[in-house]
Amino acid sequence: MSASLYTKRRIKNILAMTLSIAATGVGLLFLAWILWETLSQGIAALRPQLFTKITAYREEGGLANAMVGSLILNVLGILIATPIGVAAGTWLAEYSRRSRLGPTIRFLNDILLSAPSIVLGLFVYTIVVLPSQYLTHGEVTFSGLAGGVALALIALPVIVRTTDEMLRLVPGTLREAALSLGVPQWKLTTQILIRAARSGIVTGVLLALARISGETAPLLFTAFGNNFMTFNPLDKMPSLPQVIYEYTKDPSPDINTLAWAGAFVLTMFVLALSLIARLIFSRSKVSHD
Amino acid sequence: MHATASNAMTAPDRSVEAARNARDSRNDRVFGAVLKVCALLVLLSLVGAAGSTLWLGQDAFRTFGWGFLTSAAWDPSNDQYGALVPIMGTVGTALIALVVAVPISFGIALFLTEIAPQWLRGPVASAIELLAGIPSIIYGMWGLFIFAPFVAEHIKPWLMNNFSADPPDGKVSWLVQHVPGIAKFFSSEYPFFGAGVLTAGLVLAVMIIPFISSVMREVFQTVPTRLKESAYALGSSTWEVVWDIVVPYTRTAVIGGVFLGLGRALGETMAVAFMLGNTFKFSLSFLETGSSIASTIANQFGEAQGLQRSSLMALAFLLFVVTFIVLLIARLMLRRLATKEGR
Repeated sequence: MSASLYTKRRIKNILAMTLSIAATGVGLLFLAWILWETLSQGIAALRPQLFTKITAYREEGGLANAMVGSLILNVLGILIATPIGVAAGTWLAEYSRRSRLGPTIRFLNDILLSAPSIVLGLFVYTIVVLPSQYLTHGEVTFSGLAGGVALALIALPVIVRTTDEMLRLVPGTLREAALSLGVPQWKLTTQILIRAARSGIVTGVLLALARISGETAPLLFTAFGNNFMTFNPLDKMPSLPQVIYEYTKDPSPDINTLAWAGAFVLTMFVLALSLIARLIFSRSKVSHD
Repeated sequence: MHATASNAMTAPDRSVEAARNARDSRNDRVFGAVLKVCALLVLLSLVGAAGSTLWLGQDAFRTFGWGFLTSAAWDPSNDQYGALVPIMGTVGTALIALVVAVPISFGIALFLTEIAPQWLRGPVASAIELLAGIPSIIYGMWGLFIFAPFVAEHIKPWLMNNFSADPPDGKVSWLVQHVPGIAKFFSSEYPFFGAGVLTAGLVLAVMIIPFISSVMREVFQTVPTRLKESAYALGSSTWEVVWDIVVPYTRTAVIGGVFLGLGRALGETMAVAFMLGNTFKFSLSFLETGSSIASTIANQFGEAQGLQRSSLMALAFLLFVVTFIVLLIARLMLRRLATKEGR
């Protein structure tokens, strides 16, 4: 009787363990499958004109304008989001202790972190693209600037959250020591706390950059896309994810091949960024211990 | 504080110090106010996203009323718009994604917290998290070029042979003959076409696995070792410790993690945009093509005018409100865990 109960429990345990290992296997299998396809199809499609020619040449062209566009859009997004995000995160960590607004904003920031990016894109369409249309009598419609604002909206919650978390890790004794010397709070914040949390904040900015460089949906109706090279942020601007999206939909297999090459470049860039971010973060953790 | 220190000071010193104090406190106020405005921008962008889509979608809501939610018509040539088909596509793909991703994520979290040897945990956890780092457009491409043909060749024929009333091999299965209604969920107009609700749901599942499993792993690690050791000491097996100690202890947070995954799946655009086929015919079958709210917006907003644009904005508003509620529930459940930990 008890032996059979024991066997039953044992079998159940072995079954559960096997299923758990199988689940991990399935997860890793899909990772390997996706990465393998991106690598093999992407490397097969790599050629020098990818980096020198623009998308206007279609099959004979490359993705140079899309890469430049992506770079400009990402830099714009990070330039807008970083000061605002660091300031907001600092307020949450240092100034909101006694207010009820602080926890509310922290909570809503976490929701913004996973809000549907296409809706955020439409929001930026409403507040940037539509008004600029009226201001310039239809001359400026979609623009790189609008795309940058949309990406900033995606990057903002990431930066706010890491800044907030990193500042809260700074020991309270540091604050007390500075305050007891008569240092005003703004000086304490900018010259001591932000410096102490610097590597964590940089990690957050890099993670935000990795996140926005893969975003397509918010750019469709803001930066829109452009088959020519442009450096003007008031012009329609192409980006790598958006060109991949268009080229994947294209019926021509040659164009699909270019999409794979773009996918390879994009994936490598994003994964390298998140790797660098992790390296900086793990090194800083060690040095703080 | 300053009074005792400045007793020995001369008069000019005192006025310099007073001026500096005044300057410092003014700077502090300005600095604090600037930071607060930045923090309020977070609030503003959420309110703004909801407000702007509602504002531009009001024409659609006024024209169609509540019928917008229940009408299956999406017909730009007759200017008739109803949200039912995109809503069903969004909900259907997200539910399939959850059904597949939750058990797998649970298995991964279990493996990483209880089964795997210590040296293996870090690398496997990083590898799974790598899945979250892959841009969604790559999932879309992989889905369209690799996974959809795979489904069309291996998964869909099997499902249709067993469950549909019109199987490719011509033999209607016993199940379909004896369970009325089941064939409705497995019909397909294009049996050799890989795109469809099921394929999109499976791709979404792969996308949300890293999110759900990393939440589960984190909360499983918060279970006090003493509690688990006590159960082991009483002779529990690993599975019994997980099912009777770890899961009850972390239940709310685990559900929070699942809702977080659901929120992601509902709002995802690029991974499903290619895989749904973008058709607007009402169907209960999840082997059929369809459309989701996000994919409809991505595909049509560029050329949309007038009432169509307004209807797309109305769809965006619905999507935003629903994901907001789902994510709200998720965060509330996860927050309860944080208080339990005393953080």
